[in-house]
Amino acid sequence: MTVATKERKLTIARAMAEAIAQEMRIDEKVFVMGEDVGTLGGVFGNTRGLHEEFGSVRVRDTPISETAFMGAAVGAASDGMRPIVELMFVDFFGVCFDAIYNLMAKNTYFSGGETPVPVVLMTSTGGGYSDGGQHSQCLHATFAHLPGMKVVAPSNAYDAKGLMTAAIRDNNPVIFMFHKALQGMGWLGTEKDAIVHVPEEAYEVPIGKAAIVREGSDVTIVGITSGVHHGLKAARTLAERGISAEVVDLRSLVPLDRDTVLASVRKTGRLIVVDEDYHSYGMSAEIISSVAEQGVTLKAPPQRVAYPDIPIPFTPVMEQWALPSPEKIIAAFEKMQKMETR
Amino acid sequence: MKPSKEQQLWMYEHMLLSRYFEESIETIYMEGKTPAFNMAKGPIPGEMHLSNGQEPCAVGVCAHLNAADVVTSTHRPHHVAIAKGVDLDRMTAEIFGKKTGLSGGRGGHMHIFDAAVNFSCSGIIAQGMGPAVGAALSRQMQQKDGVAVAFLGEGAANQGAFHETLNLAAVWKLPVVFVIEDNAWGISVSKSASTAIERNSQRAAAYGMPGHFVPGNDPLAVFEAAGEAIERARRGEGPSLIEIETYRLAGHFMGDAEGYRPEGEKDALFAKDPIPKLRAHLHAQYGWTDSDDAALVTRCNARVDSAIAFARDSAYPAPEEAMEKVFV
Ligand SMILES: Cc1ncc(C[n+]2csc(CCOP(=O)(O)OP(=O)(O)O)c2C)c(N)n1
Repeated sequence: MTVATKERKLTIARAMAEAIAQEMRIDEKVFVMGEDVGTLGGVFGNTRGLHEEFGSVRVRDTPISETAFMGAAVGAASDGMRPIVELMFVDFFGVCFDAIYNLMAKNTYFSGGETPVPVVLMTSTGGGYSDGGQHSQCLHATFAHLPGMKVVAPSNAYDAKGLMTAAIRDNNPVIFMFHKALQGMGWLGTEKDAIVHVPEEAYEVPIGKAAIVREGSDVTIVGITSGVHHGLKAARTLAERGISAEVVDLRSLVPLDRDTVLASVRKTGRLIVVDEDYHSYGMSAEIISSVAEQGVTLKAPPQRVAYPDIPIPFTPVMEQWALPSPEKIIAAFEKMQKMETR
Repeated sequence: MKPSKEQQLWMYEHMLLSRYFEESIETIYMEGKTPAFNMAKGPIPGEMHLSNGQEPCAVGVCAHLNAADVVTSTHRPHHVAIAKGVDLDRMTAEIFGKKTGLSGGRGGHMHIFDAAVNFSCSGIIAQGMGPAVGAALSRQMQQKDGVAVAFLGEGAANQGAFHETLNLAAVWKLPVVFVIEDNAWGISVSKSASTAIERNSQRAAAYGMPGHFVPGNDPLAVFEAAGEAIERARRGEGPSLIEIETYRLAGHFMGDAEGYRPEGEKDALFAKDPIPKLRAHLHAQYGWTDSDDAALVTRCNARVDSAIAFARDSAYPAPEEAMEKVFV
């Protein structure tokens, strides 16, 4: 960032809405649909202002009929439109997943590439505010596991705007997973570090490219959305102890930037993955096995800091205990150190 | 089927209990959340969906049910839970996230389960309908008595699950009743913007079952319609659909600015509050006096206050208990 650049800090919610508005202005085919995306501007604010500017033909509230409007998004996209659909909470995918993974994700392949499906499906993830087990999940891996759809998950407003722009322009289905606690909505508690400078003009953050958000030489901490912020906080504490942690923000889950992770782990020789999604069978396992497959020599066994394999409990004492945290990352690092000296 | 005086008083009492419960929760919910509203804070964190105004739906239906009958409710469950006889102390403790709560704090406000009275609810729209149909099937197969009732909002009537479960219940002639609480809003989306027909009760015809529309948010009229449907189910004649016109006097959830409501709508709804209306009816019909009323209000309020005191005084679970009860 040059000195001349005027600081313009935006929340992720505003950055997303701005990207959508800019793309809607230049491409008439872009439209938005979902529950409460119209006059309310989305329950997480990421369509705020769009209804006022573009009206109810291009920014449409839907009935609570996810199977219908997810399927409709696929049909409209196959017919030349570029729909952006919102699934209010990712946890609700169960009522409409067939339209997502059996249609949205497969039709391009079934048509031999003739019928692209340029849908952006945006959906909220994450907990930490006691909303219970049906409104607090991350489910990154569930979406990343099934081929045919790109999956992005930004940790800050700059990336959110750039990834949204890239997603809208992409000819493939893109699942845009945004973490509620990073949205910048006061009522959900807010990670201040997610609110960063966002250029006014449109720009793309390439899908499939991770970012090194902090350089270091002793351990690589790979994070997804909230995990990035926990990683950065842990890195600051570790720095006070003379340990230099590198933090990688994955940003895209599919395609996965294994090269950036590998290069970092080759440099540091240690790996911790932080994901608010469930511990087992998840992105953390994918990243660790991707490193293992390359035969990288590690100084200590890799660790994952993720959500335990339980439905997410309501009461704050249990939920906060179960969530990933900077302290758990530090504990994971200490565990690695012990295993190393043995 | 007219309600007896005792049944009317039961309904009135449970409407009072429910209203005072919700008003108390509303006040406590704001503790620690202000000045800048923060959903995560205070003794009751998370989302909160209040049912003020919708009490007639709960009492008019549940007046016909006993503990063995199955009820599945929605993300807005408290009024139905209270009318179904869910343990008030343990439900309140659950909402506070305490160890003494119905699930020890694991479920919370949207996931209230009380096996003792066969009550459950879900935060996923329309998903209580399948379990209600399943409970009815189980009863039919086991030749056990009892009916199942699924509550849902008018927004939920546009979910796939609604249409599939109605058909299944009708094909198999199951002892189940579907109850739509039509409060005219699905968060910010009005019924007219989400539903192409005027009355959801008309949809029953498409699935070969009776459909009743109950206007006026009137507990006595709900009682009559529900009574017929539940008796029909108990006789083994199959399912029914009941659509109740009701009002949500609160926001969709607490913190909802309700900017989508037309000017004056709320005032008009408060003017039609079903509780004073029923009180006036009891007065006219049975000479219900102010002192009768004061005594009942005091008793209901004390019951709720004691549940809240129980919840407040209860301990939080140990954090590690999060790992328990996944498998039993
Ligand atoms: C499958 C699913 N989609 C969306 C939501 C989000 N949501 C929660 S309540 C609600 C509105 C429900 O309206 P209605 O069924 O009329 O019930 P009411 O809130 O009016 O009682 C929506 C859209 C959800 N919980 N589950």
